This record gives sequence, structure tokens and C-alpha cells, in this order.
Amino acid sequence: MLTELTPPFDGTKILQDKKKLLRILKERENEAIKLKIAVLGGSTTSDIIKVLELFLRQRGIVPEFYESEYAQYYNDAVFGNDELSSFKPELIFIHTTVRNIESFPEILENREEANTKLNSEFSRFEHMWTALSDRFGCPIIQNNFELPYYRLMGNREAGCSYGKIDFITRLNCKFYDYSETHKNFYINDINYVSASYGLEKWSQPRYWHLYKYAMNLDAIPDFAFNLSRIICSIMGRNKKLLALDLDNTLWGGVIGDDGQSGIEIGSETSEGQTFSAVQEYLKEHKKLGVLLTVCSKNDRENALLGLNHPDGILKPEDFACIKANWNEKCLNLEETAQELNLLPESIVFVDDNPAEREIVRAQLPEAAVVDFDSPEECIKALDRLGFFEVTTLSKDDAQRNEMYRANAERASLEKKFSNYGEFLKSLEMKAQILDFDEIHIPRITQLTNKSNQFNLTTKRYTQSEMEDCAKDSAYIRLCGRLCDKFGDNGIVSIVIGRKDNEKLHIELWLMSCRVLKRDMELAMLDELVKLAKGQGITEIVGYYYPTKKNSMVKDLYEKFGFDKLSDDNGSTVWRLQTADYEYKNKVISVNEE
Amino acid sequence: MNREEITVKLTDVFRNVFDDEKIELSDSTTADDIEAWDSLEHISLIAAVEKAFKMRFTMREVSGMKNVGEMIDILMQRAK
Repeated sequence: MLTELTPPFDGTKILQDKKKLLRILKERENEAIKLKIAVLGGSTTSDIIKVLELFLRQRGIVPEFYESEYAQYYNDAVFGNDELSSFKPELIFIHTTVRNIESFPEILENREEANTKLNSEFSRFEHMWTALSDRFGCPIIQNNFELPYYRLMGNREAGCSYGKIDFITRLNCKFYDYSETHKNFYINDINYVSASYGLEKWSQPRYWHLYKYAMNLDAIPDFAFNLSRIICSIMGRNKKLLALDLDNTLWGGVIGDDGQSGIEIGSETSEGQTFSAVQEYLKEHKKLGVLLTVCSKNDRENALLGLNHPDGILKPEDFACIKANWNEKCLNLEETAQELNLLPESIVFVDDNPAEREIVRAQLPEAAVVDFDSPEECIKALDRLGFFEVTTLSKDDAQRNEMYRANAERASLEKKFSNYGEFLKSLEMKAQILDFDEIHIPRITQLTNKSNQFNLTTKRYTQSEMEDCAKDSAYIRLCGRLCDKFGDNGIVSIVIGRKDNEKLHIELWLMSCRVLKRDMELAMLDELVKLAKGQGITEIVGYYYPTKKNSMVKDLYEKFGFDKLSDDNGSTVWRLQTADYEYKNKVISVNEE
Repeated sequence: MNREEITVKLTDVFRNVFDDEKIELSDSTTADDIEAWDSLEHISLIAAVEKAFKMRFTMREVSGMKNVGEMIDILMQRAK
């Protein structure tokens, strides 16, 4: 991560150095997702696009942009144009602001008249969204409205039928209602960003009158960063895990020296309250599916003593993994990642000690590190990084910590068996392996876009592409869910094959690493072959495209018994004749009950 | 700051904004002489100059400056 591009920003400096920053990011780039973004603006968008590109590239997304002619957002959206159509956007951003509201209520207009204007303003936007979604079916990100920089009537602008603040607030609520009932539609909260930046600083009319920018130029990085958070989240680039220090991070004091009764946590003291607030904030992340882990230099027994403090909010069972020992933290982080089958780049490390942060930064540069000077700054520092931006939330997310904890129980059970097959049988695994069904499309898309390791082709899909694929009879699709006696792992594996006469080309084969070595891949293959045979397929063709992260599956097709057809610099193609296939899964019962 | 000092500092700002170490400025330099200097980059340039010299151009000045010489004239009066 470039420090210039980590909040808080020096807006002027980013704008000034944007070319240099772009050059540096391009030099560093290795594997990135490409994304075509159409920006439909109601004001100038040039620098917004340039700065947005920096933030996206920093998170591994390489954007290509269509930019509407100045203020042509409505025409582009409703009537379209050839350039936009041939661009085929994969994501659309509508950059409108309070400058684009066409008519506000007149002074003394009553509520009914104000509502008429409200509805007509709203339906103008709704037309755009419908037209765009019909035409392109891709995610749409729409700004809500920021507040104006003057208040004609002062406080009465709020809570009065002809007040502008009143009108904007109601219009925003209508946008929120729409977003709640329409998938693939996301609000970019410019109202919050401008408030957080400071409305007084945000609104510099000179930039409107000189260049038709709807905001202070220096605020563009804050704005673009906020937007990039949504895009990163849609594209599955969120972080997955918080690795937390204990002493002076989760509580005040040193548990090894001060003992359980000596540490500060709980409502008794102001310091204790501060740490309670931190623990509460972190615990909320668990409900969003973020994994919590401990990374502390402590004796394990003392760490548990601290976590069992009666006033503590985070308890030992809230953590997917607890590393409390005297090893270097970067080693502990690497081990944590390995044990949970995640990549170090999914980690966000939180520690009050700047020296530890520097070591982790130097030794494990893929991990993100949160900087803060004092415990009361911790929440703000972590929050503004936006690593856990939520765009979809499923039940699986909320249960993720439980799933990982169940994994730890499985691991301890495994030790009791000398034979691995016996262990697998003892898990009493049950799988559901079925075609995609509409309600699971968001989870299928999310899993597809964030799986890196057990992923043969690393092909990415937007939600609408996945929906199209789900309807298309040219594909055979499998979505696998795995349960065992310790719990439900949720949806863990996806396969998509494209039919081509008697052949089936595997365009996507991936599995969540939390179910590695459970024979789930064999159960998936069995189902695939069964379905393929039923549809007259005689030959299944598998592809492996190497990336920096997916070497664990380079021999998968070989292990499945496919024959290698070709090898082009590590990209391999494999074939299986369905007629000779022998069913392989012996430990998971599939699609029963 | 004298004219020469301002020119040196301003050259730095230009090189940064256009990411081009080869830029040399004279009083008669205009947007036509620097390839990347279009109306959109002009906005970043003005912002960068304002920051470097801790001053603000008026709106009239932003749209009225014809060449680097005129920019330096204004900076001579108001740069801090």
C-alpha cells in the first residue's frame, strides 16, 4: 500500500502527484482484475476518474473508463449512445450532486406541492436506473445528495415543506428505499463523505464556477476513495481477517504484569470504557463475517485470562485462532493465514505498538497495518481504511467465525484418528450439490470473485453475468454446500462447464479453502460427470491457468485422472472421457434427505 | 522571492504536475509548448501552484493568464 493513498489523505498532494503515483502502481502491478467502468457525470469528472484509478489499482483492479460528455449523464443513461453501447460497461457510476437537482420547492409551497416535485425528481433518476439496468444489467453506483453550502432560512431549511435540506433528505430516503429493493444498486454516500470532510471546506463555489467541479478539488481523493471502497467490495477485494494484539490494544495495561484484575476494561474508568468501545466495534465485525484472531506476545494462559475478564466483550470463543506466544508477529500472522487457509493479503493487523507495526509492514508487506497513536483513535483509524465495506451480506457471512471454529474442533478430532479416511468418515459429511438457484447468486458471485487459491481459471463474474449464466441452458452449473457433525460450512464450491456438442469445457472450478482435504472436490467431480453423461457429454475438458496464488491446484486434473492435452508455459489443458469414469467420493453423502 | 527564484520553484511544480523532468519554463511558455497541458490539467496545475506558493489566484486570473510570464507576475506580488 502506498502511504500517500492510505487515509487520511493530503488531497492536494495526491492530485499533484497523480501521474507519478499511477506510474509507480503500474510498475508494481502483477495480477489484477480488469473492470470497465462508465462514469456518467452531472459535473466535471476528469480528476475524479484519475484519482479513482489510483485507488482501484492499489487494490488490484485495473479500470478502463467511459466518461460521459460534460453533464450528459441523463441523456447517456436514458437514450444511450453508440460509444457507451460498444464500451459495454461492467459497472456504472452516476456522479450527480445537489447541483443536479432540477427543481426545489418554492417558498411557501405546501407539503403536497413539495411531494409532487420530490416524486418528479425521483422518477427522473429512476428512469435512468431502469434504462441502464435493462440495457447493461451491471452494478450501478449512484451518489446520494450532499447538503448545500448555504441555508436561506437557516435552521428552518430542515423540517419545512419548502426547505432545501428537508427536500434533499427526503429525496435521499427515496434513493435508499430503491437501493433496498433493487439488487446491483449501490449508494455512494457523498452526504457522509462531505460531512466527514467538513461541508464548509467541501463546498468551494470557485471550483464550480471555474471548472464545474461540484466539490473542492482537494476533497476529490476522499470522495474517490469512498467510491473505490464500494467497487473493491463488489469485486471481492475486501480483507477477511483482523489480527489483534492484546495488551494496550484490546485492554489497558499488560496482563502478564497487572493480572486479570489489574487490566483496564469495562465501564469503571475512562480508559476501560475506551477499550470496551474498541472491543464492541471489533465484535460487530464478527457479525459481518470478518474473522477475528489474536496475535500477541504473551503466554497463552495469560492471554486467555485477559480475554476471560468478566467485563470483557470479546471472549476466547469469538476468535477463529489465538496466537499468544513469544515468536515474531509476522511468523504468527503467516501461521494464522496458513491454518485458516487464507492468504496474508487478507489480513488486517491491529497493534498499538508502532515498532511491531513496522516489523510486520517490512516482513509481511501483503498484510495491511492500521496506524493509530492512542487507543481512542483505533476505531476511527480502522474504520476509515474501508477494508470491510459491505455490499452484500449473507447468512454464511454472519456464521463464518463459527465455521472456522468448527474447523479447529475438526482438527483436534483428526488427531484422534490414525487413518485419515476414518477421520473423514467420522465427520458424517453431507453435501448438497445442485444447480445455481436464484437466492444463492450473490453468495456464488462473492465466492467466485474472492477465491484465489483453489481456483483453476480465476475467472471473475459480476452478479449479472452470473445471473445470465444461471439462466443459460448452454451451461452445466454446480453449487456445492457441505455440512458435517460440527456444523454447516455453507456454499463452498462452484463449477461451471460450457457445453459444446459432446464436449464440456470447464470454465470455472473453485472451492473455498476452508474445506480442503475433505474430498469435496471428488464429490463435485462425481456430480459433474453424472450430469454430463445424462446430457450426452462424452468428454470433459479442464483448464488450469497459473497465477501467483493457485499453484495448489496445478495437478488437480491429473489427480482426478484427466489426461494432459497441452502445456503452454504452465497453462494446461486436460481431458476426461466420461465413459471410463469411476466414481470417487466415498465419504460424503450427496443430495440425500 | 525574485523572479529567478520563482521561476525555479515554478519549474519544479510544472515538472511534478506533468511528470516530466525535462520541462524548462520561460516567460513566453504557454500551454501549446507542453504536450500534457490541456484544460483539465490546467486545473491541477493551478491547484499545485497555489499550494506551492501559499496563495490563491482569483477566478479572473485563472481564466485570464496567457503565459507563464503572467503567472510569474502575479506570483511576484502575492507569493508567500
